[in-house]
Amino acid sequence: MSQKVLLNSKEVNIALHRLACQLIENHDDFSETVLIGIQPRGRFLADRLAQMLAKDYKIKNVQVGHLDITFFRDDFRRGEKPLEANTTIINFIVEDKNVVFIDDVLYTGRSIRSALTAIQSFGRPKNVELLTLIDRRFSRHLPIQPNYRGRQVDAIDNQRVKVNWVENEGEDAVYLIDK
Amino acid sequence: MSELSVNHLLGIKYLTKQDINLVFETADQFKEVINRPIKKVPSLRDITIANLFFENSTRTKLSFELAEKRLSADVINFSASQSSVKKGETLIDTVNNILSMKVDMVVMRHPNPGACVFLSKHVNASIINAGDGAHEHPTQALLDSYSIREKLGSVKGKNVVIVGDILHSRVALSNIYALQLQGANVMVCGPKTLLPKYIKELGVQVETNLKKALEWCDVANMLRVQNERMDISYFPSTREYAQQFGINKELLDSLNKEIVIMHPGPINRGVEITSDVADSKQAIILDQVENGVAVRMAVIYLLASKIKQ
Repeated sequence: MSQKVLLNSKEVNIALHRLACQLIENHDDFSETVLIGIQPRGRFLADRLAQMLAKDYKIKNVQVGHLDITFFRDDFRRGEKPLEANTTIINFIVEDKNVVFIDDVLYTGRSIRSALTAIQSFGRPKNVELLTLIDRRFSRHLPIQPNYRGRQVDAIDNQRVKVNWVENEGEDAVYLIDK
Repeated sequence: MSELSVNHLLGIKYLTKQDINLVFETADQFKEVINRPIKKVPSLRDITIANLFFENSTRTKLSFELAEKRLSADVINFSASQSSVKKGETLIDTVNNILSMKVDMVVMRHPNPGACVFLSKHVNASIINAGDGAHEHPTQALLDSYSIREKLGSVKGKNVVIVGDILHSRVALSNIYALQLQGANVMVCGPKTLLPKYIKELGVQVETNLKKALEWCDVANMLRVQNERMDISYFPSTREYAQQFGINKELLDSLNKEIVIMHPGPINRGVEITSDVADSKQAIILDQVENGVAVRMAVIYLLASKIKQ
């Protein structure tokens, strides 16, 4: 198993600032916008962006939720192990809001398909956008593309993209891992 | 983590501590789901479940049916009173006929102890025991422990007394297994005639004085007197039972601590529990019912994920 650094801590930080600025361009003061981190790993990115918007860009009161998609996935009973659920924390209704889904890596697009179904339990959003830190090109199973992307990478099927966060792995970095 | 060690839920006896934890962790997520504006998830849309009730039930049947529907499973219901069982069909024939209609999972309540174990050996479907005679009622025990965990933070180290008709109760046996597995101390309390002779072999304490039992416990689980299972008279009169083993506000207030009151339902108000206790803050009877749906969703979800395609 070999691994290559795609983004180091500084580059992750630059990408996050760019993404935050792009969000501000489209969503102004975020009064009609909610950020939804897709569990399990999208929540780190969502929380980080919300912190950044509050601290560096003085946009307070950005609403952030964490959405678990386990029960909405289309591969129930297809794997070896049962799908393990995470926590959903959405303390608001998304009716008529601009929803931004946030995930670390966009690969086949199936998680986002599930998230589109799952979010309906919380109301009918005005529109839904997608932000991902890493967009794996040429690997989509569904017609889903991000509106905001940190970095586009070409990775072949037996490679894995892993995003580490200070909050869980002690560093901000993105790796390309050969299995 | 994280899959169940069993393919059927026949009784708590067959589960491990890890299984119970997995059910509870999954139930936490389903509890969040059933409190959403839209309470349904599509996980089990390709699963068909038959609810076979060879004995009467309101709560358990509704709870299972709701849990199945919240998971988007297809559901068929069967109750013995309206079926060919009356015409002399055997249990295996009945179930195999139903399974020929491509059913993946069976939830069964049956008056005979061991009916679910027997069925699991003879038919090719995942079986959930919804109560078999006076033997086990595993989902009730799971939801009882889940409710204690929710109310008190954990089950481990807690003193739990089960009061009433232990002899005829499947809830009692399943609860004893489940509570002991999670490290709780269990006591049973009731008239001597309603305590099984060898109950001590299970490692539980036995007490015939309700006041003493309540002073010892953190949680009291009040069971119903199962008149329908009593072929002879086990105590002189209902009035005397209520005086000796019924819980009332006065008795609760005389304790030097606040205990949690549970009841698996249906309640006989004025017999094992008075109305002022059943409707008091200390009673978590309706929380148990809510948790029942979440816990059953977790059990069905975890068992369904083991059904191969």
